[in-house]
Amino acid sequence: MNAFRLSGFDYDRALNTVGAWALALVWFAPLIYAFWTAFHPGEYSTRFELTAPLTLENFVAAWNAAPFARYFLNTVLLVTSILIGQFVLCTLAAFAFARFEFRGRDAVFVLVLLQLLVMPDILIVENYRTMRFLGLLDTILAIGLPYMASAFGIFLLRQTFKTIPKELDDAARVEGAGFMTILLKVYVPLAKPTYLAYGLVSVSHHWNNFLWPLIVTNSVETRPVTVGLSVFSSTDQGIDWAIITAATLMTSGPLLIAFLLFQRQFVQSFMRAGIK
Amino acid sequence: MGPLANRTWIHAWLFLSPAMILLIAFTHYPAAVTLFHSFFSTPRGKRPAKFVGLENYETLLADTTFWKVLGNNLWYALGTIPASVAIAILMALWVDSKLKGRGFVRMAYFTPTVLPLIAVANIWMFFYTPGFGLIDQITGFFGFSQHNWLGDPSTALNAVIVVAVWKEAGFFMIFYLAALQTIPVSLREAAAIEGAGRWYFFRRVTFPLLMPTTLFVSVNAVINSFRLVDHIFVMTEGGPDNASSLLLFYIYETSFRFWDTAYASTLTVALLLLLFAVAIGQFLLLDKRVHYR
Repeated sequence: MNAFRLSGFDYDRALNTVGAWALALVWFAPLIYAFWTAFHPGEYSTRFELTAPLTLENFVAAWNAAPFARYFLNTVLLVTSILIGQFVLCTLAAFAFARFEFRGRDAVFVLVLLQLLVMPDILIVENYRTMRFLGLLDTILAIGLPYMASAFGIFLLRQTFKTIPKELDDAARVEGAGFMTILLKVYVPLAKPTYLAYGLVSVSHHWNNFLWPLIVTNSVETRPVTVGLSVFSSTDQGIDWAIITAATLMTSGPLLIAFLLFQRQFVQSFMRAGIK
Repeated sequence: MGPLANRTWIHAWLFLSPAMILLIAFTHYPAAVTLFHSFFSTPRGKRPAKFVGLENYETLLADTTFWKVLGNNLWYALGTIPASVAIAILMALWVDSKLKGRGFVRMAYFTPTVLPLIAVANIWMFFYTPGFGLIDQITGFFGFSQHNWLGDPSTALNAVIVVAVWKEAGFFMIFYLAALQTIPVSLREAAAIEGAGRWYFFRRVTFPLLMPTTLFVSVNAVINSFRLVDHIFVMTEGGPDNASSLLLFYIYETSFRFWDTAYASTLTVALLLLLFAVAIGQFLLLDKRVHYR
């Protein structure tokens, strides 16, 4: 494919490797910088000396300066409740769309897909009003509720369920199994990879969500880490960058570690979720 | 309709209804009520909301901040989408090729995607700090003077765009990576036999084959450019003088800082119309451009 190969050294490939690595380093630079700042004393924040002493004090200071333990608990509760809600609701709805014939099915499906365009994220004014009406302001449930019936999840699971041969559930029905049994015994186990993919996408999405939680929460008992971090870095700390960066890394830490450990699954999950 | 078909109908709705109730409650209902409230005044104290017809829309058309923010949002979309798509394609081509340390390279590209935008913004804030931030240190090293990147109206929005490109390119890369893996190897072999160069092959074969992905990614990117404003909160608060404010941030300010909910509803209607226009435009484009075979 290229003439350089004859000379024994593939210039084209070398050039591409250098380019790919250079971009990778540029992309990584902000994180490397954040790690540097967080693990060194404040006076080395902007001075790069190899002999700079390592320290965990910034993390300790950040942890003590704000109720991060509570924020983490809130986020974990939030992400788990959303995930359970999404799995249950989307599975039921996807099953209806994939396996039942009923009048208006396609029209209802279009109504569902509309949410891919008009996301709850932008309907903040009215959803806030609804939460106030329901008396749910400043609760973790209020953060999660608008996201539980997810069009993305319904769509993804419907596509998966449609690939499952109908003969399988006909066979189960002959043996007298009800719809619910068929769904739980045939469909859900066969869709496991989709659940994993959707789960990872959902958890990382809601761990990172900020605007809606900022609006509906206003106390330590309900704030997720993202909102906690913004409150912390805007008011409590002035501009002590070492501590702010430590707090920043701390809040993204669990997700970052999970990502590094399960990198392949993460990438494949996002891919799988994207192709459908 | 026989009795069996009737039963199917009932079953289907039993399965559907929990999701549909929530979906309607938090998507369709609020969208409809937003439109309704945009024709009323904001209730204040003892004064209830009263019907004002198109008054809010007249305010909107005369509101210079609205136009500025809308312009910002379009510039933001134009600045982030082509750049992040181009970088994403490049990343995908690299990660898809036989490369030394491919695992590390892929991880580096993708990591920004899993980090919270709010945390990412914190880190970049530090970069942009006048004087001792990393960027000023680098430009200072080459003899340029200090610059307040986020405090200068002429650079604030672009500084925010850089962060968005950095965050999104790796995410889009994944979709291209998936698409690249579906392109048959035989095509590449055939092109090699014909003596087609790399660039020629990319331009005439790979890129057209990636067109559906590009459209899918663009739709996502456009929606994201209107939906994600977290970094604005940390980096600029929309300032200076609304130079970096985006539409959703302005809606947030209007509704939750100035408590003018009626006008915020009107702004939301404008945002919804914009999203629909984009969707319709891309639907039409999709019909024309994706028939590559």
